[in-house]
Order: sequence, then C-alpha cells, then structure tokens
Amino acid sequence: MKQSGNILFSGVGGQGILLASELTAYAQLAAGFDVKKSEVHGMAQRGGSVEAHLRYGEKVYSPLIELGAADILVAFEILEAVRYLPYLHRDSAVVVNTQKILPPAVALGKATYPVDILNELKSRHIKVVALDAFAVADSVGELRTVNVAMVGAMSNFLAVDPEIFLQVIDTEIKEEFREVNKKAFAAGRAAVHA
Amino acid sequence: MVFDSETKLWLSGNEAIALGAWEAGVTVASGYPGTPSTEIMANLSRYEGVYTEWAPNEKVGLEVAIGACFAGARALATTKHVGLNVAADPLFTAAYTGVRGGLVILNADDPQMHSSQNEQDNRNYAFAAKLPMLEPSDPAEAKEMMARAYALSEQLDTPVIVRITTRIAHVKGVVAKGQRQPPPEPSIEKVPAKLVMLPGNARVRRKAVEERMAAARDLAETLPENRIEPGSGLRGFITSGVPYNYVKEAFPTAPVLKLGMVWPLPEQMIREFAASVEEVIVVEELDPFLENHLKAMGIACRGKDIIPGQGELNSFIVRKAVEPESIGELFAPLDLPMRPPNMCAGCPHRGLFYGLSKMKDVFVSGDIGCYTLGFLPPLSAMDACVCMGASVTMAHGMAKAMGEKGEGKIVAVLGDSTFLHSGITGLLNTVYNKSYASVIILDNRTTAMTGHQENPASGRNILGEIAPAVDLEQLCKALGVARVVVVNPHDVQETRKVLKEEVAAPEASVIISRAPCVLLPEEVKRPKPVYFTNLDNCTGCSLCVQMGCPAISWTPLTPEEAVARGYREKQKGFAQIAEVQCLGCGQCAAVCAFDAITRKEARS
Repeated sequence: MKQSGNILFSGVGGQGILLASELTAYAQLAAGFDVKKSEVHGMAQRGGSVEAHLRYGEKVYSPLIELGAADILVAFEILEAVRYLPYLHRDSAVVVNTQKILPPAVALGKATYPVDILNELKSRHIKVVALDAFAVADSVGELRTVNVAMVGAMSNFLAVDPEIFLQVIDTEIKEEFREVNKKAFAAGRAAVHA
Repeated sequence: MVFDSETKLWLSGNEAIALGAWEAGVTVASGYPGTPSTEIMANLSRYEGVYTEWAPNEKVGLEVAIGACFAGARALATTKHVGLNVAADPLFTAAYTGVRGGLVILNADDPQMHSSQNEQDNRNYAFAAKLPMLEPSDPAEAKEMMARAYALSEQLDTPVIVRITTRIAHVKGVVAKGQRQPPPEPSIEKVPAKLVMLPGNARVRRKAVEERMAAARDLAETLPENRIEPGSGLRGFITSGVPYNYVKEAFPTAPVLKLGMVWPLPEQMIREFAASVEEVIVVEELDPFLENHLKAMGIACRGKDIIPGQGELNSFIVRKAVEPESIGELFAPLDLPMRPPNMCAGCPHRGLFYGLSKMKDVFVSGDIGCYTLGFLPPLSAMDACVCMGASVTMAHGMAKAMGEKGEGKIVAVLGDSTFLHSGITGLLNTVYNKSYASVIILDNRTTAMTGHQENPASGRNILGEIAPAVDLEQLCKALGVARVVVVNPHDVQETRKVLKEEVAAPEASVIISRAPCVLLPEEVKRPKPVYFTNLDNCTGCSLCVQMGCPAISWTPLTPEEAVARGYREKQKGFAQIAEVQCLGCGQCAAVCAFDAITRKEARS
C-alpha cells in the first residue's frame, strides 16, 4: 500500500468538488493516514476554476501539492484537467469527466474551446482515464451523483478498500441519498480500470 | 493510526478555532463576515453557552468584544485582514486599557488575495499596536493556541491577536478534542484609571504597555509554542505559521526554529539558534517581518533576497529558492481560456449593471461584494473599487473635484451589507456637504459574497432567528436624501429608465435595487420559470450574450452554416440558453427585440 500521496481535484464552482474531496479524505483517514486538504472559498465559488488539494501519509505538513507532484488528478471538466498540467508528473493518473463547461470568453464568442485537448496529456504519456460521469450518474437515476461517480472512478487508483468508501458514504451523506450515491460510486468504479 | 472519532475530529482551521474558542470558555463573540475568516463565527454560533453575533462592521465587533471582556468575560472578535484596518481604532487603545476577561482578536490574512483587495501582512499590527501575536501552522495548532491566547491575555493583561492565513482557515486536518474550561463569572467592576483613556490615565497606561511587553518578551523565551527542532546540516531555518510546513516538507532534516509567538520575539532563543548553525534562512510569507527584527538584533540571515515577498509560498517555492539546482523538469502550462468567477445565472445585480453598462460616460464608483464582478466583461461597468463603503465617499469626492462638469456622470454602487458596514456615514456626508452623486444600494437581502450571512437588513440574526430589519428607504430619508427610489433590477427596461433619471438629478439620490440573491435557500426552493431560445427567431444581434449570463452561450457561424440553418448569410452566429442553468430571471427576454427568448412553465 502506498504510504503517501497527493490527489488534486479540479473543476468549476458548483460541481460538487468539495464533497468529492471530502469523501476521499475521510476514506484515507479511515485507512489510517494523516490527511490535510486545502480548499479555496469565497470569490472562487462563483463559476470560476476550483481546486482542492488532498495530501495523505504518515505525517503531512504542507496542505498544498507541489508542482510536478500530483499522483492523481480528478478533473470534473476537460479544460480544468489540462489547466493543471504543471502539477502532473510522468506517472500521474488523470481521471477526467468528459463534460465541457464553456469559460466566459468562449461563451461570448471571444475564444474557442480547444479541440482534442486531452491529447496534450496523452502525448506526454500521462495516463488519462476519461469518464462520462453524467451518463454514469444518469444510469443510477440521480444526476447529482456525478461527483461520487468520479470518486468511484478515482478509487481504482488507490489501495484503499472500496468498502471503506461505502462506509464513509454511510456516515457523511444524508440517509435519503445514501443508496443512490453508493450505486454511483460502484458504477463509477466499474466504469474505468486503473 | 486508524481514525478515532472519539478523541479526534477532521476540521477546517476555522472550525478548529471555533472549537478552541469554545473550549477556552469564550462566552461573547462578534465579527463581520470576511473571507477567509467567516466560518469561525458561523461555527461558533452552533455551540451552547456562547453568545455570537454578526456585527455591522469589524470596529463594532471588536468594541463589543472589548466591552464583554471589561465585564470579565472571555471574548472573541473575528476579522479578515482588511477588517482589522476598520477595527484599528479600538485595537490600538485596547492595548492600553488591557483586559478583565481574556480578549482575543482572530485575524485572518489572505496572501495571494484569493478573495481580497490587498494582501497586507497584519503581523505589522502586533508591532504597531504593541500586542502579543500567536501564529499557528495548521488547524490542530490553531485550536490549541486559542487556549494559550486566552491564558496569555489574562496573565499579561492585554488583548492578544491570533493570526491565521487562508491556508489554515480553509485547510482541513486532524484536530484533538478537548474539554471546555469553565467560563469566568461576569461582573461589573469600576476601574476608571485603567479603562478611561483620557491623557492623564493613558500616560500611566502607556508605561504599563511597555512593562507588559517586557514581560511578554521574557515569557516568549520559554513558551512551548516557540521551539527549536534540532536537525542535521549547517543551514537552519527560522519560520512561523503556515510556512513552517513548507520548510518541513522541503528540508525535513534541517534544524528549525519554529515561532508560535511572532510578537514579541524570544531574542535569546533566536540568538542561541543562530549561533548553532552556519547560516540562518528566514522563511515567511509576505513582509520580511521576522527578518527585519532579526537584522535589527544584529543577527545575520537570509530571507527576502531569495524567498518571494508577494503571494503565497509553498514547499516548491521554498525548495526552489533555497536549492534551485534540486528542481527537476516540469510540464509547462498551456495557454487556455481563463475561467474567472462570474455573476451567477439569474443574479439580480446583472440587470442593474446591464443598465450601467449602457451609460458609457458615467463613472461607476464600486465597492466590495459579489457585484464587484460587474467589472468583468462583457458588462465592464465598474471603474473603481478600493475598500468597504468607499464607493459612496469616492463618488462624493469625485463630484466635488469635477464640479458642474461631473453632473449626471458619477454614481456609487454598493451592496446592502456593505452599505450598513460603512456606507451610511459616507451617504450622510454626501447629503450634508451637498453632493449630486447618486448611490445605488444593491439590496439582495443577504451578505452573499461570503456565503449568505445575515445582516441588519435581512430580518434574521446569526442563529436564523427573527430580528429587526432596518428600513433602508427610511434610513436614507433620515440621513436627508430627498430622492429615494426602489427598483426591481430584473425589470431591465424600468431599471434603465430609473438609472437615467436619478443619475441626471442635480441632487443626491439613492436607488435601491431590490431582489433577493438567487442562491438564498428560499430562492433555490421557489419554483421558477425557464426561458428557452427560439432559434428560428434569433438574428444573432448578441444583445442577450452581452449580459454575460453563464446560461447563455454564443455559437459562431460561417456564411455557409448560417444559410444552412435558414439564417441570412451575414448572420455571424446565434445565442442559446442552456435551460438546465437558467434560473428564470427573464432579463435576457427583456432585452431581446426579436421574440427569440420565450418563457416556459414553472419548474421546481
């Protein structure tokens, strides 16, 4: 089992990134690690780029992941995966939701959304796992489980027993949404392979 | 180490500080919301046995806490870094009175300006106001330091500042649970020589301040929060706060002097440490605060010659600064469209700023809140923003400078919470000194930017209980404003008309632009209509796109594509509403002249 690691979550404000990073943090805590997680609130919430840094190990000091040191990038949007390229290294794994959300300049017709942009990662030999997390969430009957489906996909890259994630969902998610989130986790996990 | 939730918690720094304050026996706390400090008060309000409140501003908040401590209670004032500027007046004199119960000012700095207008280093306030300051490195320490801060406050008879930064406030970590200390019994005790700061008393207290700081300096030498962590190598680091973590990550075996108390400094301990290593490197965020004081002590050190003095640090920056040769190759960033924050779909501010964006020769004096985003394209309708409340006063100053030439060209814009924070006195001045500047109060019934905190106009207090709501119209009239108009900003055409009339008026006028924030829980629940685009009718005029709503996007067309879609050859593209994002404000429909935007049935 890997004794330390860095997981970077990225996306657009409102996509449920904080909950995804929170569930992952609880799973790592339950697996016996020290964990620190850094978020930014306030201005960044209004539809801007959002990131959360999660670091685990025997003892974690810094709450921030260094450039070139993210072992896993969980990106909720394609552009927001590629934006974090400087945080990646050659053995990084990128789990990316294939959703596109147009940045303001693109929506205004002042810029274009880059085509085939994930090739920028693949061409650098970074492992990219693309997932239509919307379809996964839809398949379990609740579109709002996109973030948990992403956690399920990401969990393939961790040595944490998936049962621990299900237990975390039990303790951290309201009862009425537990079952559907467990399904989303399992479906996300089954949708990709490490 | 499997997580034991009986003894440990997973908390943000702000949650940990709230817990720390509660465990320290705090019974009164006051503050104004401000990123990154907001969640401290919000969390503390959930504990039993402590009174919490949102004050209209930080000066009020600190004075409330001072009063509570004069009654013998342990009291807390919370603020972001710029809020301490507002509270600086009571801060500097509370240093003279000292305390009865413990008084802690929790100050949150925001290096990198994640959500702030500047990145001042408030360690300088500890020096300037002659107050002890503690600085934790993570949530666990932050909680423990609250107890230490109250003990020091009472032991040394002084307010104590605890300084955190964004990377404590919004970092989550493992925190140990503790027990609550019994709060001190409040009482009235008259000690005018200590508490009445007129010159005769203040001169005596001035001496007490120096004696206290001398005692604090002695105490700093043995304070457990100041510690030398021995290590190997010739290079030693002196650091404090969050940067301590970066030093430990980058140079895990190096000797470190960690300062938990950053003012006053333990001079002997620093000298001892400096003598034990070949080279001292000071690693601190923002100003060379420790470095300058080390140099004043005559201790040779390196610091801001290699460590950046702007923005946040991280372990990468520290490693690169100290050992540039150790940095491997990195993937270079790609040039991608930026994704700045944006006003939400359905935001009432958009309707108002759309109106202002059409008044090209009007100078918009702006303020601090979500609506500062009105500065961004495509609306680009804000021309200045300095600090809370300054929109009103700057507009007045500008009007006085411009004289008649500026009539009809100057307007101030600020939110309801910002107006109540520090806009009222500015408006009083505008009226009293006969200005023509118009003031627009964006009344969205909440303090939205920081996450929907209640305020004196919202009709609720921090606990969500019904509270008196100030009547903004009556308040403005009482200040002497004869022209007070209320407008619904979602009614785009009416708003434009009112703006035109009021800005042109030769006397001060107030426009209250009133509609609730769409993210308020009751608004989220309210069934709303949805608008959709009749693509057949879209002429590509792009008026709706120019409102900058995130639910509307533009698709460019070549002449061939335009023709293929049945448009005129020269139509450059079409606009379309993403219905899942639409919150039904109808502002876009109001500007569409071609019947291309249609309202659908209500959706819950």
